[in-house]
Amino acid sequence: MKRIQNIGLVIFLIGLSLFTGTIFTGSFHLSPSALDAFIMEKGYQNEIIKTELTKAFVTADPLTIFEFSDRVRHAYEVANNHYDLLIAQYDAEKNWDKKGEQYQYKIYGKPHTLSFDLAKIAGKGYVKAHAGLMWMLTFGLGILGSLLFILPNLILLGKAGIKNDGIYLKASTNRGWIAWLVLIYLVSFYLLLYFMPDYVVNWTFIVDPISLFLNGGPASQWFVYGFLYCTIMVVMALRMYIKYRGNKYQVMRTTSVLFFQIVFAFLIPEIMTSLNMPGYDFKNAFPLDYDFFFDWNLDDLRNSGSIGLFILIWGIVLTLVMVPVMVYFFGKRWYCSWVCGCGGLAETLGDPYRQHSDKSLHAWKLERWLIHAVLVFSLVMTLVTLYCYFTGSPSFLGIHSQWIKDSYSFLIGAWFAGVIGTGFYPIFGNRVWCRFGCPLAAYMGIVQRFKSRFRITTNGGQCISCGNCSTYCEQGIDVRAYAQKGENIVRSSCVGCGICSAVCPRGVLKLESGPEKGRINPTDILLGNNIDLIQLVNKREK
Amino acid sequence: MKHIVIIGNGISGVTAARHIRKNSKNQITLVSGEAPYFFSRTALMYVYMGHMEFKHTQPYENWFWAKNKIDLKQGFVNRIDTDNNCIFFEDNTSISYDQLVIASGSKTNKFGWPGQDSKGVMGLYHKQDLEQLEQFAPNNQVCKRAVIVGGGLIGIELAEMLRSRNIPVTFLVREKSFWNDVLPDQESEMINRHIREHHVDLRLSTQLREIKANASGQVTSVIIEKTGEEIFCDVVGLTAGVSPNIDFVKDSNIVTGRGIKVNRFLETNISNIYAIGDCAEQQEPMGERKAIEAVWYTGRMMGETLAQTICKHRTAYHPGHWFNSAKFFDIEYQTYGWVWAKPKENEARFYWGHKNGKMCIHLNYDKNTHQFIGINNFGMRMRHAFFDKVLTKKKSVSYVLAHLSDANFDPEFYKKYASEIVSKFNQENNTSIELKKKSWKRIFSEA
Repeated sequence: MKRIQNIGLVIFLIGLSLFTGTIFTGSFHLSPSALDAFIMEKGYQNEIIKTELTKAFVTADPLTIFEFSDRVRHAYEVANNHYDLLIAQYDAEKNWDKKGEQYQYKIYGKPHTLSFDLAKIAGKGYVKAHAGLMWMLTFGLGILGSLLFILPNLILLGKAGIKNDGIYLKASTNRGWIAWLVLIYLVSFYLLLYFMPDYVVNWTFIVDPISLFLNGGPASQWFVYGFLYCTIMVVMALRMYIKYRGNKYQVMRTTSVLFFQIVFAFLIPEIMTSLNMPGYDFKNAFPLDYDFFFDWNLDDLRNSGSIGLFILIWGIVLTLVMVPVMVYFFGKRWYCSWVCGCGGLAETLGDPYRQHSDKSLHAWKLERWLIHAVLVFSLVMTLVTLYCYFTGSPSFLGIHSQWIKDSYSFLIGAWFAGVIGTGFYPIFGNRVWCRFGCPLAAYMGIVQRFKSRFRITTNGGQCISCGNCSTYCEQGIDVRAYAQKGENIVRSSCVGCGICSAVCPRGVLKLESGPEKGRINPTDILLGNNIDLIQLVNKREK
Repeated sequence: MKHIVIIGNGISGVTAARHIRKNSKNQITLVSGEAPYFFSRTALMYVYMGHMEFKHTQPYENWFWAKNKIDLKQGFVNRIDTDNNCIFFEDNTSISYDQLVIASGSKTNKFGWPGQDSKGVMGLYHKQDLEQLEQFAPNNQVCKRAVIVGGGLIGIELAEMLRSRNIPVTFLVREKSFWNDVLPDQESEMINRHIREHHVDLRLSTQLREIKANASGQVTSVIIEKTGEEIFCDVVGLTAGVSPNIDFVKDSNIVTGRGIKVNRFLETNISNIYAIGDCAEQQEPMGERKAIEAVWYTGRMMGETLAQTICKHRTAYHPGHWFNSAKFFDIEYQTYGWVWAKPKENEARFYWGHKNGKMCIHLNYDKNTHQFIGINNFGMRMRHAFFDKVLTKKKSVSYVLAHLSDANFDPEFYKKYASEIVSKFNQENNTSIELKKKSWKRIFSEA
């Protein structure tokens, strides 16, 4: 069995190496006619870009993606510089008409995105030509290896029960060298995905056939990400099923997040796209879905007829009505650990790292400042965007609409949620984004804390302060601090994963929804002591 | 302002310190030689098993003590001078006190076995025991087999720990079934099976004769009483119970028996000295409870109570209804009220067991009045508040059965067995108890 696992590990690493290695393959060349068609399609008015790009591609040597990217970005810079100089010149001459004219010639968007779009049509090579085979050698081997590694645990882990043996003894889960390697890989992955998508254009070739089948178009880097996301969640969910097979709450919760990720976040939007509808994730609630009220999305929805209108209304009702009502009845867990995609990845891929969340009081203070700041940031951004959208003004309250949207997308959308949120799993734990950054979690947290039926009930005086609950709380809640006082746990950050209850050796904790009265029960003397003393002291404290 | 000195920073001493701080401005000094900061010794097993790091066993962050003006003093006390209100440390330094609280806990029982002080022989109680175990049993190459002597809660925990590192374990239990001086036959038998399921070589009705060591004093084997069988091993775990850790009190004027003798107010014979927790021995009986209770929560309750007395609100220690819990490998156990190993004259029993052999409940009630006396539940969780109320209100066994859904504390979506249990009871007793639906109103109603 152990042997099978080792073979699995090797196969997985081969798959991962090949997947990573494909980045460096292929050659990139664009014919003048294809370039013309591209520029036509983009509708560039810029007269320099064509010459510059032609210059870039007229070469006898095949270009690697890195050389190709360099040249495209150089062309982009030269083409825009020309007009920037003109703008500066006309500005000095105070020739406002001429100056204003120049802006239409500029090329907007990120240089790496232009490079990606071009590379997508310019790419040739083994990977593109043998997408099916390459899929088997990358995704296929990765999945096969993982399964060989994971499935033997069904026997190796023995009978159902808590399976945390050795977590702090292994370099992969105790912040050892393996954890650091994983961190470096994940962070690099996100940096490439968000900021240098052209470098990983080969990955899109691998899943082009699948994309074509699902939505009728070639794969973008986001399709690769979505597909990979689902694959990883399925494989790691199998690991969850085996690890927590004695715990029905965990099994059901895992099935639920898996369903919502694959069907709601991945399949439905792809199919909608293929039907010429806006691809929309019906479970992704604003403000987590921060660009829902961005002008391009509103335009898109308004131009999509009745389905667009439906999505618009659905999105608003989801955030304003469904989310708080569900949090009232079930706590924010209904979203965070049963529905959400970020939560889904955290609960599958991230489960081995859940113990690394910081439980200190200091971290709790930081959490409250940070997460509410992000909530305010997202709301201000949306307010500015909407005002500008309806009035046509470029700014509101002195805040430039495009600037605040770009800042949020970059700082929160890419860096916080992606690079730090997921990349830092192995060191900071699996819920960094959910705990410190997610504006939807902040909003639901406020409801959960002040108006909800949800609590984690502490079972009288049974707690022995062992600390399993606190150690394995992914949200960094010091659960024990409450349990050892006989006090129920009512915390805005609790995502209701139920692991504290699972790992408790004394049956002390139960997630449940009940009457609001008695939900918060500060105690000084615990149940089990002299009744008169309990009453005396607990009353005195009140 | 008085100076309160507390010997021992376990759950009893720390609870007393916290509550004294809440209720007074007294100077508090918390003394310990074992560890600088309070930790939960019940969690030591999880450190060895790799579920936690040692720091996770500490319920309070290190700044907590200074912030709450609880002074920490590290050192072992070896003498108490009650005439001059002074305690002396091993290094001959001393501290004087106005009131002294002794909460020095327990130490591992050793029954004079030959070789019991060899290297590799250890209990599992102190932080130092964990460090020794890490040294002598880091893996199954260094420790090819371990023998555990004594079939109680610590013994089975030690077995679980060693098995987590795939170390072969032989478990010597004096009784004819595991912990059957506490557990009824059915439960005890269930745990026997479960221990064996975890590949532990369980030897029932077996006692230790002697421990053999090599020239350098390292344990090499144990010899079993009667058969004389020799079992080769590298570690011997002594887990035949604990007794009060009071050697340093013996030469003082404080009256001791097995523990430090205290009255119901946790006062010793010396007016400004108190004893709480594992080391205290009650002079007057407390219902069915033992005079010395080495249980986590009783230590905590004594701390809660004594703090009131020290803060000028003299309060007798009067624990409520008995309850307890433990975990035997994968099987959780809780108990509320009393379920003796053997029924008493006036008692009737009802047992329900799941066919998977890992789940059961055992009810104890009065044969004639049908008053509920206690419950053992294995593999399922029950609500403490429910049973505390039932015991206080002296409810009948049929009330308990009818309200099992209120009592259940299992996680959501777990399979419910209440109706199966009730119908089995009805069948056996010719009754027609009907299971009521769970009611939050009842659960929250005052006792």
